[in-house]
Amino acid sequence: MADKLVTRHLNAYFNQTRAVKDINLTFPEGKVTAIIGPSGCGKSTMVRCLNRMHEVVPGAHADGEVLLDGENIYDSAVDPVQVRRRIGMVFQKPTPFPTMSIEDNVAAGLTLNSAGISRAERNRIVEKSLRQAALWDEVKDHLRRPGGSLSGGQQQRLCVARALAVEPEVLLMDEPCSALDPISTARIEELLLELKSNYTIVIVTHNMQQAARTSDYTAFLYQGDLIEFGETNQIFTNPKRRETEDYITGRFG
Amino acid sequence: MAENVAVVGRETRRRVRVRLFGDRVFNLVTLGLAAIVLILLFALAIALIVDAMPAIRKFGFSFLVTSDWDPVNDLYGALPFIYGTAVSSAIALAIAVPLSLGVALCLSEMAPDWLSRRLGFLVDLLAAIPSVVYGLWAIFVLGPWLRDYVESFLGTYLGFLPIFAGPKVAVGMFSAGVVLAIMVIPYISSVCTDVFRVVPPTQREAALALGATKWEMVRMAVLPYGLSGIIGAIILGLGRALGETIAVAMVIGNSPQISASLFAPAATLASVIANEFAEATSDLYVSSLIALGLVLLGLGIVLNVIARLLVAAVARQRFDSSR
Repeated sequence: MADKLVTRHLNAYFNQTRAVKDINLTFPEGKVTAIIGPSGCGKSTMVRCLNRMHEVVPGAHADGEVLLDGENIYDSAVDPVQVRRRIGMVFQKPTPFPTMSIEDNVAAGLTLNSAGISRAERNRIVEKSLRQAALWDEVKDHLRRPGGSLSGGQQQRLCVARALAVEPEVLLMDEPCSALDPISTARIEELLLELKSNYTIVIVTHNMQQAARTSDYTAFLYQGDLIEFGETNQIFTNPKRRETEDYITGRFG
Repeated sequence: MAENVAVVGRETRRRVRVRLFGDRVFNLVTLGLAAIVLILLFALAIALIVDAMPAIRKFGFSFLVTSDWDPVNDLYGALPFIYGTAVSSAIALAIAVPLSLGVALCLSEMAPDWLSRRLGFLVDLLAAIPSVVYGLWAIFVLGPWLRDYVESFLGTYLGFLPIFAGPKVAVGMFSAGVVLAIMVIPYISSVCTDVFRVVPPTQREAALALGATKWEMVRMAVLPYGLSGIIGAIILGLGRALGETIAVAMVIGNSPQISASLFAPAATLASVIANEFAEATSDLYVSSLIALGLVLLGLGIVLNVIARLLVAAVARQRFDSSR
């Protein structure tokens, strides 16, 4: 099993504050890795370092290494734009482009990556991505409607489709269900299980049941430190560290 | 005990009554103040209509479409001024809109915070310069400079187009348009900067996470999100350009003619009123100038209505789920 994404001594800062401390983690290819921990423990920040989105926030920076297929994406010769085309991201709140139609939302990334794409090819990718995101049946008859007209759960699946359309190798999901109702959450979770054969997935969640249901590996972060990492089964049934046990049994956090 | 409750009840009722009375007074006062604005607008419009009546009666609709402006023979037509106003404003917007968008994008997307605040302040300062100062500067500096460099360049290379043909002069439609552009840039750019700044960071991040470059992010997330605001800003700038008087009167050449060349002298509705009201001797002359003012007021109202409709249409397109 290949290590798709590896972090080495990864630190993330907001101005002088160190939010993520010396993280060494391995994300195996074709697996779902969940990152859990109480609010403010740095899990979102850590994940945003993996596709160089952390540095977009004013005053934020990161150091250390993140290896994608063995290549350090923080190397000064690497263009962050290229990194983000290979590592897609779905955010906590659905972020469809409100002025674009459903179809254009899905194709948004395509217009960036390949300038001259044929109409038929575009339609094919839009349909394929919407099917992968389990949204096709609900929207196929009104692809020209604005993306903002969908319900919250549909919007989030639209964002998943948009991220998948550019065929990334890794998909980062930053609490993708925290704004969704239980039914939409269940659909996103089913989606994860279907997608992991083709993608390496990292999901941030503060819902421990969700981590247990969907992931193969789990990392527990607390106050910016990586406390424990292991197979999800082991973390939830037989944690090695006291803090992990306290957190998953609900004694704090 | 029961007595106490009754006393408290009476006391509270009295207080509530006093408070309600206060609310009513406040309502009436604010309503009155708001009504004053409306009354003023109507009074102004009625006064203009009444005073313009002799000209309207004499020339009727043809006042709007004839181009004779001949005080000696008491013949008046508004067309050259409507044309001058429209063309000078169009030149102004053609120059100011791209520049202002550039300034606004630089301030909101490119410049670091400390620089953006200082630059924004300087741009806003442009709006604080009195228009008569712009006019003076245009006569002595900008006009001659435009004539010697820009107009001669355009004439040499694009002179086959009628709009860039003819003699190059420092005072004319083109100079007026450029001055107007400089005067409306602070308005358009500062509104656009604010519009761009309120685009949610999540929208920008969504574009960046797809692998967009900075420019692609602007095109994908910032400009479409801010479209209705941009339209509003442009209309605001257009409103300024249409009504600007002194700077235009100083630099446009004040000649009531419609010429193909942009370099030729012209006049606008506002500039001719400012220039000629003092020397208007006949009643019909005064009345015709007031009719020009009425046209200008009507233009402003129509423009604002169109702006409202446009902004509403853009907003509807975005959130309409029934389409």
